[in-house]
Amino acid sequence: MTRGGRRQNTLSRRLRGGRRVPITARSTEDRRRKEDALFAHRHLLGIESLTRDDIVTLLDLADDYAALNRQREKKRATLRGLTQINLFFENSTRTQASFELAGKRLGADVMNMSVGSSSIKKGETLIDTAATLNAMRPDILVVRHQHSGAVALLSEKVNCSVINAGDGAHEHPTQALLDALTIRNHKGRLHRLTVAICGDIRHSRVARSNIILLNQMENRVRVIAPPTLLPEGIENMGVEVFHDMAEGLNGCDVVMMLRLQRERMQGAFIPSVREYFHLWGLDRQKLAFAKPDAIVMHPGPMNRGVEITADVADDFARSVIEEQVEMGVAVRMAALDLLARQIPNDRGDAE
Amino acid sequence: MTPLVLLNARLIDPETGYDGPGAVRIEDGRIAAIAKDSDHPAPDGAEIVDCEGKALAPGLVDMRVFVGEPGARHLESYRTAGLSAAAGGVTTISLQPDTHPAMDDPALLEFALRRAAETCVVHIAPMAALTKGLEGREMAELSFLKDAGAVAFTDADHAVADPLVLRRCLIYAKSLGALVVTHAQDPVFAASGCATEGQFASQLGLPGVPAAAEAMQLSRDLALARLTGARLHADQVTTAEALEALARAKDAGLPVTAGIAATHLAFNEFDIADYKTFFKLAPPLRAEADREAAEQAVADGLIDVIVSNHRPWDEESKRLPFEAAAAGAVGLETLLPTALRLWHEDKITLPTLWERISLTPAKLLGLDAGRLSPGAPADLVLVDTDAPWTLDRATLRSKSKSSPFDRRRLQGYALKTWVGGKLVFDRAEEASS
Repeated sequence: MTRGGRRQNTLSRRLRGGRRVPITARSTEDRRRKEDALFAHRHLLGIESLTRDDIVTLLDLADDYAALNRQREKKRATLRGLTQINLFFENSTRTQASFELAGKRLGADVMNMSVGSSSIKKGETLIDTAATLNAMRPDILVVRHQHSGAVALLSEKVNCSVINAGDGAHEHPTQALLDALTIRNHKGRLHRLTVAICGDIRHSRVARSNIILLNQMENRVRVIAPPTLLPEGIENMGVEVFHDMAEGLNGCDVVMMLRLQRERMQGAFIPSVREYFHLWGLDRQKLAFAKPDAIVMHPGPMNRGVEITADVADDFARSVIEEQVEMGVAVRMAALDLLARQIPNDRGDAE
Repeated sequence: MTPLVLLNARLIDPETGYDGPGAVRIEDGRIAAIAKDSDHPAPDGAEIVDCEGKALAPGLVDMRVFVGEPGARHLESYRTAGLSAAAGGVTTISLQPDTHPAMDDPALLEFALRRAAETCVVHIAPMAALTKGLEGREMAELSFLKDAGAVAFTDADHAVADPLVLRRCLIYAKSLGALVVTHAQDPVFAASGCATEGQFASQLGLPGVPAAAEAMQLSRDLALARLTGARLHADQVTTAEALEALARAKDAGLPVTAGIAATHLAFNEFDIADYKTFFKLAPPLRAEADREAAEQAVADGLIDVIVSNHRPWDEESKRLPFEAAAAGAVGLETLLPTALRLWHEDKITLPTLWERISLTPAKLLGLDAGRLSPGAPADLVLVDTDAPWTLDRATLRSKSKSSPFDRRRLQGYALKTWVGGKLVFDRAEEASS
């Protein structure tokens, strides 16, 4: 049997609920009460504010939603009556679609608002837009913004729950959570793993959130990148720093590739795409340094032939990139569900 | 004008280093006599103020203040800047030339001085542009501007990038005996970020400027000062590395001086946590080791001057994501308590502290201020050096309320401020009204 086939089987078994005690009404209620106690947050602004228990609670719930999403009937009424607005100040297709589906599958009314960064007069509209939307009484705002800290700022100005869908180079918590869920699915655990994050760490909120989460769960985190694409002080953030793929990938359980933004490719941070690809692009030879069962991840969208070769990206036995997308919807459903439980029934005090 | 006698004071004289009991008699806007004992006989009919042993010192001279006139009066007018200064014990404010349009024309300077004379309760000492439009390309009319009242020349927050231009400005200014004030931040680096580069900025995901951007630019400016022999003042020196370069230049006998903003003595880079934009300053707040080095440099005299770096912004400019927000904060009313903290921590004596905030800036700008001696103008401040208080930014007299000291506990404030013998601020009166 191929490695991929075995994994698929494990996954289906887990998704059928094989790992867990059968869910009874009593245990569901107990579990729900426990989840509420464990995940008592109004907003999800970053991984930094989450405890280990928060993370595990969310991932466990996301497991259930992953199973639900594989069924014919995917709809739940968990968020019925609630309004979710996806407010994207930075263009995004994938994340926005993922949040939209997650909300819809849970029965929320979902509205998308894309505010292109060039069409607005910078941040003024951030608070203005927030105030306007807030007046429409949404229950959950999902926000992406090009500036670090902008989502936290917005969360202070509204009286609904806010999910950070990426702020500048700061955090992207649901991405780190979906990565964690994918890793857990494949490795059977989320601790004592060696994870290499490769590529443009400097400008990456995905890298920062992942570093925090993986450290919180007691993993060994490595970053592999050209020095120009590493942020200052990274060596003190709980990671081992490598500039060489062969050294850095040696013995890794998980290889996470990051996207290299097109505008950073030519000359500014790296001399050329071909030099970058030669030294840091993930191909079969470099992947061979990692453990034989190491998985390959990428938050997407991929630049094939820049940070990853097509054959590695499409290798069903190694690449879990599509599953990351699948887990993304499940994780976002779990996040929406948990946050919605904190929303009071009577919001008369919302003035 | 009735003579005014300030009795029973603790005199602080930075010129002589005197810190002890005394009294001051003021006539016609000037100090007529100083007595180094508390029971100085008052002439008949004189108005008498009992200072109750509080510190009486020359008013502060603030070398770096931004006022919105002309061009941005909604941010700060001469009137509100004056009220704010008076409440902070500041009796002379040196205006920065980056107004709209920039202060690069003698006519503009005359307008500013006339407007200020009508509305401002403290003295103003305008700096003028070093280059036209602060663009760093063509020299401004330095001589005309000096005749119109400019006390020094600077491009404010714009560093002159071209060494040819700065060199010519320096030798030209030297021939006029004028002081040139430079902004020691490499302009390319400075434009690339909004926080001091390091682990903390990286964690916040904020683009950083390396602390070395300051030492780089300062070293170049100092090399040009050496080449030209001109008087040069670096507006803000905030890093240990730049302080080393400054020390070398001073040891070599160059006529160079430096200042620092009170905020950079009070805060460090960790204060920008939670993306609080009141702490977004230019240059950005530094690492703790740099802040400590700066404090030591102020105590030792390596840094000559403490300024408020008073930069008013409206709420809209600050209620933005950190990267997009405007840099700078108001500081006229917090300069004195922030400076006093050095004395409370036994790092400096009061007369030496007053050199940094009054006498030295006055000397650099060629002003008759900062002294407690007969004949000197009666620009005085009566200070309660110990009073504890908490700043509420809503009570600031400045039009702008963006202060990083909001809700901070401070110690010491001005009780009364006199400009030219005239009482322009009285805390007791303000409290009762």
